[in-house]
Amino acid sequence: MKRNVLVLAVVALIVLAGCTLARRPAQEPTPSGEGEAAPAVSGLSPDAIAIAQERGLGPDDITAALKTYLPTGVHDDYAIFSSGGHSGQVLVIGVPSMRLLKVIGVFTPEPWQGWGYGVGNDVLDEGNVDGNEVRWADTHHPALSETEGDYDGQFLFINDKANARVAVIDLRDFENKQIVKNQVAVNDHGGTFATPNTEYVIEGGQYAAPLGWEYAALDDYNDTYRGMVTFWKFDRDAGRLDEAESFAIELPPYWQDLCDAGKLASDGWVFCNSFNAERATGGVEEGNPPFEAGASQGDTDYMHIINLQKAEEVFNAGKTFDVRGFPVISLDTAVEEGILYLTPEPKSPHGVAVTPDGQFLVVSGKLDPHVTVYSFDKIMSTIEAEKWDTDDYGVPVLGLDDVKEAQVEVGLGPLHTQFDDQGYAYTSLFLDSAVARWSLGGDFADLHPEDPWQLVSKINVHYNIGHLLAAEGDTVSPDGKYLVAMNKWALDRFANVGPLLPQNFQLIDIDNTGDAMQLLYDMPIGLGEPHYAQMIEYAKLSPWEVYPEVGWDPQTQAVSENAVLPGEEKVVRNGNEVEVFMTAVRSHFTPEHVEIQEGDHVTWHITNIERSYDATHGFAIPAYNINVSIEPGEAATVEFDANQPGVFSYYCTEFCSALHLEMAGYLLVEPNGSSAMLDQE
Amino acid sequence: MADRLDQIVGPRAPADEVESRRVRYLLPTLFLVGAAVLIIVSIFLPYWSLVLHAPQYPQGLVVHAYLDRLEGDVQEIDGLNHYIGMRPLSEAAQLEKSISIFAIVALALLVLAAIFIHSPWSALLALPAILLPAVFLVDLYYWLNNFGQNLDPNAALSSAIEPFTPTILGEGVIGQFKTVAFADFGLLLATAASVLIVIGLFLQRRAYKPLVEARQGVDGRQV
Repeated sequence: MKRNVLVLAVVALIVLAGCTLARRPAQEPTPSGEGEAAPAVSGLSPDAIAIAQERGLGPDDITAALKTYLPTGVHDDYAIFSSGGHSGQVLVIGVPSMRLLKVIGVFTPEPWQGWGYGVGNDVLDEGNVDGNEVRWADTHHPALSETEGDYDGQFLFINDKANARVAVIDLRDFENKQIVKNQVAVNDHGGTFATPNTEYVIEGGQYAAPLGWEYAALDDYNDTYRGMVTFWKFDRDAGRLDEAESFAIELPPYWQDLCDAGKLASDGWVFCNSFNAERATGGVEEGNPPFEAGASQGDTDYMHIINLQKAEEVFNAGKTFDVRGFPVISLDTAVEEGILYLTPEPKSPHGVAVTPDGQFLVVSGKLDPHVTVYSFDKIMSTIEAEKWDTDDYGVPVLGLDDVKEAQVEVGLGPLHTQFDDQGYAYTSLFLDSAVARWSLGGDFADLHPEDPWQLVSKINVHYNIGHLLAAEGDTVSPDGKYLVAMNKWALDRFANVGPLLPQNFQLIDIDNTGDAMQLLYDMPIGLGEPHYAQMIEYAKLSPWEVYPEVGWDPQTQAVSENAVLPGEEKVVRNGNEVEVFMTAVRSHFTPEHVEIQEGDHVTWHITNIERSYDATHGFAIPAYNINVSIEPGEAATVEFDANQPGVFSYYCTEFCSALHLEMAGYLLVEPNGSSAMLDQE
Repeated sequence: MADRLDQIVGPRAPADEVESRRVRYLLPTLFLVGAAVLIIVSIFLPYWSLVLHAPQYPQGLVVHAYLDRLEGDVQEIDGLNHYIGMRPLSEAAQLEKSISIFAIVALALLVLAAIFIHSPWSALLALPAILLPAVFLVDLYYWLNNFGQNLDPNAALSSAIEPFTPTILGEGVIGQFKTVAFADFGLLLATAASVLIVIGLFLQRRAYKPLVEARQGVDGRQV
């Protein structure tokens, strides 16, 4: 009996073993290259040495190459979201490879994505200025949305300096969703910056002008020209800036520049600097000092210290006036309510950066070799003590010595500052063409071996650096590791491409302490002059592979009421209104014939019914200036007036399949009066 | 009639006999119950899977055939199949899919019923369950063959591909696709259930045959 049980147990085991063995002989596909055993690295192979010698590469070049090279199929650790400068777009770049991953159409039409050629037209129209179509932008400062002061990878904001506009990009599909035009200011600069939980997106002004785009003579500059800062309320659920909950503060005409939101210790406060406290009005042609001289006469300009929490209360209490329907807290109210304070900062500053703990503010004057560090605690105690002078507008001016923590001589032309995780700050030096690493004090002093508030080392960059960015370097928890110098000039770094040169992004390894920073890689930017960028750990992003459901409208992030499913394709005529309901799938459009009459107004709904990663189709009606990108699941609607009779082909513009060229159809626009109109219904 | 029924149902073991040789009479029940459980569990698992490998699908394309449905990259595979004029996979085996769950539950109940039939007739009750894996594979072959042989002659690539029978188990090649078809957990459980049933029937026979023979000895009748 027992023997039999044993036999049966063995049989059962064999059956189970058979089950296991029979399963999935090739379930896991092996990517090319994987599976070959990686040789242990111990010195370079003779081949590698020969290549290095032939190309003249030294040990530093080889380590730089090894730090940045990614084999095919291996992804970057970080993503840079960079302004595209006057391309009006946003660039997405991988780090450490510095490969361009995407150009996102934002303020400017972008044909590949169909942005402005059939999709996104409504969003672009939101950016019209007083009814006038504006289709370029000078994008400056992207801001990733934050949760508790750290990037959360959900949204990206970016401003247009040229026309004071702000755009909202949804990082689920990397597409622009909204453009708002500032009703108060003609142009901006101090944006965008997100408050620690993205309650507000900050947009600071630039060149002072009468608020609301009014006219006033330059002689009345002091009385009628004004600066401003706008706080756009962000509705995270809607993924939109909520204009009804947004407001601005009127500021003196000091040409506000960059801003930063306080965090942790300084949460609820906002800091903006300025560079024309002289209130120069230029006029070099009339014998006046040019702006460049007039705005640089004083030894100091003013950092603006703004109590956002208080401002929000005042706005909610309705103590505002209207500028073109937009609520503005007046300069007088801002002073009365304790919203606005000033303190001197070294001449012509360009950037105010809040340290990761929120305790210190770092300002550098372009024409002063120091960075000036302000203590938030000292600012608060000075305000509490009501120890101040006032400027011509009655705004309290805190004494520099009362609020200053330290000054560090870093080099010539200091501009912008970011931070790492080792207690260092990094400041771009425009005139020196260098990046300075210097040691922070306060709670950061324990993180590094150097004395606090000391220059530690410099690294040359090429050339004329503007902004810089470190990995998550403006958050409450910077990552260190990488820094990118955003150089304005490239000069000899790349082969000559004619008199208009690309910008040069230089990747720098900042992982080691002390003076061991290493230049790793030069990336040319050939489509505009990016100003600022932010670098986020890629793992924080979770973009969709395809739209969640077939018939998805990216503008509402929901299924469109005009979604077309297979079998529902049709052409519907109502008078001279024609509606086309079309599907796209490899490798055909349905329908393939659309016959209409000259003069018809055509609304064309098209849904890509694919569910497969990367199965994108384009849809172009070239003669009507239409080209849209329809990603898997996406539903798009284009409209046009069929004012040109003739026979037109529409076709797929994104190579989708072996039969991509066959993915086409005929649009027949019958001339008026040629024959009886076809009944399409 | 009652005799006939008695023959079919088979003998009952006396209580003292069951008491003294518990394992002998319990084992058949355990094996048959186990088989019924495996069959029921298999409803929730794919019976057959097909993985398509091609350069532009680094993760592969997968279709899992459950008894009542297809899952996986069916839409994408249908999309590819339309180029060669193959009908959408959902059109295959519609009858089988619609009745499969009831049928499987019925098979499992028959296996449970066989526990109480102590004559060779119990094998007849359990036979459908024993044959389930084979029936599944035969039906699968029928549909693969039917779909592969009946391609739309007007399809885009119909001139480039001859009608074919997709590989039912193992590796094959269609165009740039390498296909790997294999029996999945559900079918393996069903197969295991078949084995358990056969063993259970054998044990049942071994336990009750002496009783039958003893009875024969008493009334001198053939069973």
